[in-house]
Amino acid sequence: MSDLTGQAAGSAALPIAVRPVFRPWWPGLVSGLAWAVAAAVTGLLPDQVRAPVARPLVELEGAVAILSGLFALIGPSGWCAPLASHGRRVAALGVVVAVWEVVTAKTGWLPLPFFPSPQAVLDVYRIDFARLGHSVISSLLLLFPGFGLGALSGFLAGLAMGWSPEARYWGHPVIRLLGPLPPIAWLPVALFVFPTISAASIFLIALATAFPVAVLTASGVMLVDSRLYDVGRTLGASDGFLIRTIVIPASLPHVFVGLFMGLGASFIVLIVAEMLGAKAGLGWYLQWAQGWAAYANLYAALAVMSVLFSGLTMALFAARRHALRWNRETVQW
Amino acid sequence: MVTAAAKKIVAGASVGASVQVRAVSHAFGDAARALPVLDDVSFDVPAGETVALLGPSGCGKSTLLRLIAGLDAPRAGRIGLDHVRVVGPDPSRLLVFQDPLLLPWRTVEANVAYGLQARGIGGGEDRVAQALRLVGLADFAGAYPHELSGGMAQRAAFARALVNHPRVLLLDEPFGKLDSLTRMTMQEELLALARRHAFTTILVTHDVEEALLLATKILVFSPRPARIIREVDNGLPFPRFRDDPAFIARRRDILIALGHGEEFAR
Ligand SMILES: Nc1ncnc2c1ncn2[C@@H]1O[C@H](COP(=O)(O)OP(=O)(O)OP(=O)(O)O)[C@@H](O)[C@H]1O
Ligand SMILES: [Mg+2]
Repeated sequence: MSDLTGQAAGSAALPIAVRPVFRPWWPGLVSGLAWAVAAAVTGLLPDQVRAPVARPLVELEGAVAILSGLFALIGPSGWCAPLASHGRRVAALGVVVAVWEVVTAKTGWLPLPFFPSPQAVLDVYRIDFARLGHSVISSLLLLFPGFGLGALSGFLAGLAMGWSPEARYWGHPVIRLLGPLPPIAWLPVALFVFPTISAASIFLIALATAFPVAVLTASGVMLVDSRLYDVGRTLGASDGFLIRTIVIPASLPHVFVGLFMGLGASFIVLIVAEMLGAKAGLGWYLQWAQGWAAYANLYAALAVMSVLFSGLTMALFAARRHALRWNRETVQW
Repeated sequence: MVTAAAKKIVAGASVGASVQVRAVSHAFGDAARALPVLDDVSFDVPAGETVALLGPSGCGKSTLLRLIAGLDAPRAGRIGLDHVRVVGPDPSRLLVFQDPLLLPWRTVEANVAYGLQARGIGGGEDRVAQALRLVGLADFAGAYPHELSGGMAQRAAFARALVNHPRVLLLDEPFGKLDSLTRMTMQEELLALARRHAFTTILVTHDVEEALLLATKILVFSPRPARIIREVDNGLPFPRFRDDPAFIARRRDILIALGHGEEFAR
């Protein structure tokens, strides 16, 4: 008790004058050091194995180091405040890059061609930008129509199955029997049914998306508290109005779970279909890079895929947060 | 003068309807393992009057209101509105459920507007705002149901029914979750509304005093399967007072019918 009051008195007695003692933002400092070391290793040590000019990588590492140092001084504020929580991660990444540089270009402990140096991977984005960009676009031209079509048809099928016992009667065996089939297993069939490989891929992506969306939408609809229908009916709602104002919003949390599962499945199908059949796209790019033993290109493409796919997943999360803002649970996610 | 009358019609001022309940019996489950809930229940509610239903928990009061609302069909007997048989739910007979059952994805305002929207009645903003003011939720028009307290949610559900100007209002313990002061306010509002719009009210309650304050007739039910075991005509003039000797005598009468004569009736 006396201790507490003593502290309170102390903090009152030592006013603001003591506060502005400089206190660096530690993650920024560590990150600045890590990236400075990475830049030094990359730029100053001689390469032991064949590697592209390291200059752009050194500049990049130096820039991150300087920015980190800046944040260490002023603290993460203003537009960069959201970055604050990533401070220690950025620092760790600097260490990873430095180690990667050492074990590849600087010592050759990890052998070429399987383990290219960081500057080799970075170089891909300069040299092969057009082909990589084209691959991204053609992948998205399969993914968006396929996912959209699958999400819509799965949603409508699930709505019908949840609402109408007759639709459930016919839909259930289809879902039971065909649902467990990996969508990609239909590839041979799709390739001769559809006129083009693109159409076949879109169909498979749609299929992969539609199943989980349909199953979860149907269960979402069936879980709706039937007393809400009583409320709607006594207030004069028609079936169509009930579906629009009660069934769909009530099942939305489940629908989103289905959409997340469908999105994951659609990524898999996209890449496999492109690896097996297509002449363009990220899956094809991976195949092509492997065929030429261009492992730097392979890693560069994998990095693009991971950024792309996690971006799409985050976009879906944002859509969910917006659509379910009425839901107490959503706020807590 | 003409415009005032026209306004009243546009606003949909309701006129109460009489309710007939004739030899209604109901049970849940199939014939082999039926759970009888209502046993030969008959009563009439004249247009514009308020009848209170009292009875032990689980006896079948909510079930009876669902039947009158037309949400379920009775196994036996008939239910009528102005001597026309009830065959399904209709906004002219509105049930305020025991639980608020607000739609969680709609704001309070949108919940209250639901019935008007469902029937395609445009320009209901004024009616909605008025109903919200009436239940004291004007400041929470834009709130989502999870932001409301239990009592506020119940009042919102009450407003959601009122805004439709029903001819018959079926209230299932509508004030059960309110503190005693708010409850009194709401009871007064209900009385005033019922007088102004002359709608018919069937009120399920556990509160004998509430029944005596609001109703012209009180029906006391037996434990399940519910039968009417006591019918109390309550012609006390308004305003009614809890310490009125006639009030106290009736309360005692009802408590005895409910089986609490020994402990509490004195
Ligand atoms: N949908 C249903 N299916 C089967 N049994 C039901 C159903 N609804 C109600 N019951 C049963 O019917 C009986 C009466 O229920 P009801 O809800 O009408 O009681 P209540 O008089 O309103 O009780 P309380 O005052 O506690 O609300 C109870 O025994 C209940 O278990
Ligand atoms: Mg009840």
